[in-house]
Amino acid sequence: MEAKLRTENISKVFPGAGPGRPSVRALEGIDIEAADGQFVSIVGPSGGGKSTLFNILAGLIEPTSGRVYLDGHPAEQLLGRLGYMPQKDLLMPWRSVLDNTTLGLEISGVPRRNARKRALEDFPRFGLTGFENGWPASLSGGMRQRAALLRTFLVGREVMLLDEPFGALDALTRQEMQAWLLEIWHADRKTILFVTHDVEEAVFLSDRVYVLSGRPGRVVLQVDVDIERPRPLSVTTAPQFIELKRQLLEPLLQRMSPAETT
Amino acid sequence: MRIARASVERVILPLALAAAILGGWQLYVALSGINEILLPPPSKVAAALWSDRSLLATDAWVTIREIVYGYLIAVAFGVALATLIHSSRLIERALYPWLVVSQMIPIPAVAPIFVLWTGFDIRPKLMVIALVCFFPIVVNTIDGLRAVDTELLDLLRTLGASRVQRFRLARVPAALPFIFSGLKVSAAFSVLGAVFGEWVGANSGLGYEILVLNNQSATSDMFAVIVLLSVIGIGMFALVASLERLMLPWYYEARRERRDTPRRVVLPQGEAA
Repeated sequence: MEAKLRTENISKVFPGAGPGRPSVRALEGIDIEAADGQFVSIVGPSGGGKSTLFNILAGLIEPTSGRVYLDGHPAEQLLGRLGYMPQKDLLMPWRSVLDNTTLGLEISGVPRRNARKRALEDFPRFGLTGFENGWPASLSGGMRQRAALLRTFLVGREVMLLDEPFGALDALTRQEMQAWLLEIWHADRKTILFVTHDVEEAVFLSDRVYVLSGRPGRVVLQVDVDIERPRPLSVTTAPQFIELKRQLLEPLLQRMSPAETT
Repeated sequence: MRIARASVERVILPLALAAAILGGWQLYVALSGINEILLPPPSKVAAALWSDRSLLATDAWVTIREIVYGYLIAVAFGVALATLIHSSRLIERALYPWLVVSQMIPIPAVAPIFVLWTGFDIRPKLMVIALVCFFPIVVNTIDGLRAVDTELLDLLRTLGASRVQRFRLARVPAALPFIFSGLKVSAAFSVLGAVFGEWVGANSGLGYEILVLNNQSATSDMFAVIVLLSVIGIGMFALVASLERLMLPWYYEARRERRDTPRRVVLPQGEAA
């Protein structure tokens, strides 16, 4: 079966900022793929080019070399093709929660009434009921992320890029949000690419995990997670889960203590 | 309860201070025997305000009209100029230095030239007021248009937003609090501009009245005019500030929320309280 999204040998070099400054190799030869409806995570150290990869996939920057394939076809123009949820929720403080979620629909020309109607249908399962007319400032961190995710969802792209959406949440909220995200994903079966630096989060959520090295970012490991779904929270203590975590952590830890690698 | 007490404090305290100063002033004039032409007591100023009320009302109306029109010209011109400067790097490079230079012009000195050009009607006053008022508006609007989070602009691009949509949906709303800062500063300056404008050539208005009263050494009446001018300035400011509250409810909501929530200890990621 043809992959929904596939990258071929993507590299990115940022030119040095000013004369005499060295250029920065952010990504090197990235090959990843996600089948339709798959949940794929990318873990790696901070500064390892994960966000650069997402910016390329979102069409915000061009790769220095390499290609992105959507449904088997090379994608020339990626801007607006994939749903993109950046690290910060970027909710507009001057729009109500409801109007924030309809932003993408509004931009694509859906009349405001229809956009609102569609958004409101999803408010209950995104846990935002009762906050439709509030300002984003009145939402908790978890709710802000859910509102941002709904904004991305409503645009209706088949592939969604989620860049560390739970990175700033406390541990408990984070677990709740992970379980909730799986529910949403089960219901809609979108293809999700998920960036995180948390290996446990990656294993819990994903069908496949790619491990990126530090700069320049390369894929150093690819692991398929064959734990059956739905996954209860207790799965995180199962031997199979712990073994996967160990496998994924190995290349990351090696990097941190170079003395042991010799 | 707490809110009620806070607002009582906000009203009572400044009024009490004003009463104390006015009382001290009155007492000083009475006790020191100072010539009342040099420093009339507040009671005389109040009496002048009352006895001259119909004349002062006519003059005040003239000045208020100048201020409102001049201010509106400054707002339109200032926002348009800022948008133009923001739209192109080249225009910014060419225009911005001259914008600053325009503020180095001593306005009382050029005002007579405006009179020369346009005569004694309302026009030279409008020009002076606009010249005084437009600068804070332009500068703040430019800063505001730049203040938007670039990541938000990126997000809008991934949602397919055009340049115009990004401007309308993100830049303008993010700029509004800045624009209103400029508008408030300018509102406070507008009275100054009107007085300058009238000093160089007018036959009515509160600024003109100051000159006439000064020649007559009618000090308590001059103070009365100053009181009126201040009230007009306060009114302008209050008007713009209320408009801001009306138009930016989200801004005040967020500010209030920040004030009300106790400060949080920032912990490393994932452990935030």
